[in-house]
Amino acid sequence: MYKQIATLLVKDFKSEFRQKATLNGILLYVVSTVFIAYQVFTSIPELSTWVALFWIILVFAATNASINSFKAESNQAYFYYYSCCSASSIILSKLIFNTCLLLIIAFLTFGLFILLFNNPLENTTLFSLVLLLGILAIASTLTLISAIASKTNNNSTLTAILSFPILLPVLLTAIKASILCGLGFSWEDCQVYILTLALLNLLTIALSYVLFPYLWRS
Amino acid sequence: MRNWWKAITIFLLLYTIIGGFLIEVPKQVILYETIRNLYFHVPMWFSMIILFFASTLFSIKNLSSGSIADDTKAVELVNTGIIFGILGTITGSIWAKYTWGAWWTNDVKLNGSAITMLIYLAYMVLRGSMDDEQKRARISAVYNIFAFVLLIVFIGILPRMTDSLHPGNGGNPGFNNYDLDDNMKMVFYPAVIGWILLGFWIASIRIRINNVQQQLMN
Repeated sequence: MYKQIATLLVKDFKSEFRQKATLNGILLYVVSTVFIAYQVFTSIPELSTWVALFWIILVFAATNASINSFKAESNQAYFYYYSCCSASSIILSKLIFNTCLLLIIAFLTFGLFILLFNNPLENTTLFSLVLLLGILAIASTLTLISAIASKTNNNSTLTAILSFPILLPVLLTAIKASILCGLGFSWEDCQVYILTLALLNLLTIALSYVLFPYLWRS
Repeated sequence: MRNWWKAITIFLLLYTIIGGFLIEVPKQVILYETIRNLYFHVPMWFSMIILFFASTLFSIKNLSSGSIADDTKAVELVNTGIIFGILGTITGSIWAKYTWGAWWTNDVKLNGSAITMLIYLAYMVLRGSMDDEQKRARISAVYNIFAFVLLIVFIGILPRMTDSLHPGNGGNPGFNNYDLDDNMKMVFYPAVIGWILLGFWIASIRIRINNVQQQLMN
């Protein structure tokens, strides 16, 4: 199974590297959105606004990035994967790929924010941990939801409708933890939120792993 | 007497309405007589969650059996749950206007209910976007299970991390062990059971109507 996952991942990275369609598109999306925000705000003195704006831009970018994770290839290609790989290795490879993609986007957005709006965060190391866990949760939720949405007729709207209410718990926890990190609180004060994020991650990944095979039975 | 539970439902609800309005309640600041809303507002949410839980069980059953009958049960339980959710929102909103002075506030429990409604309305939209019965049953079952588990985590964990305006939370006078008195318990527990039974009654009628419609279609 590890071998299958590795092969599928290499395939995904190769095709992404050749076409550069998703990553470039999303990077441009993030840059232009952050730039619009910069034109509107110029500077953000308040921490909570900074954090909220950051996560909102990130969630929309992540949704856009994941919409096509199951639609980019033709149905015939999936028949082929299905015949030679197990469903669980397909979902795990997609999950790892999406996480990598979103991590690149997240840390680039973070860099852009520091560049344009300065860095108001007191505890950047802990914030990076929150960002990492938050992105992992967002990526795993969006991977399963986009798999669900790819089975329907209107894929792109459905991904957003189905995922936003489910993403809200992750977002609220991540935003609260980010604000605490920004105010300079240490691990002891943030650990409730960070552990909640970890729990949400665990649940989402476990559920995706269990439920995904049923989606492929068609 | 296979309909004994329906007789119990009628008896319990009559008792709830008559007893709920007439039996003596403790006088508390801010709440006063609105404390009687406990018999109507709170059981709505209990019933809703239990109906959604039952729906999730039928979704799991559908994934293992693949039968359309289980899917019909799952969707009608969700429909009934949504009705209870709307009623819970309305009763809560009217109550909030008289005690907190606003129809809607930014409270964790209110956010939880809003997200619940969004998730299940998204579930209905997802169902509407597919024509094939078997496919619709399976894919919406996957979403139903995924969403319900995350929802439970959300409404189970987050309210404990932040204070709520609700009675009994964050230093507000309310229905904690020490001040929910015996008179109120005598009405509250039967009310909860009565409303839950009513939910299943409505759902069972809806399921039968749905089955008849399907048979007429064929």
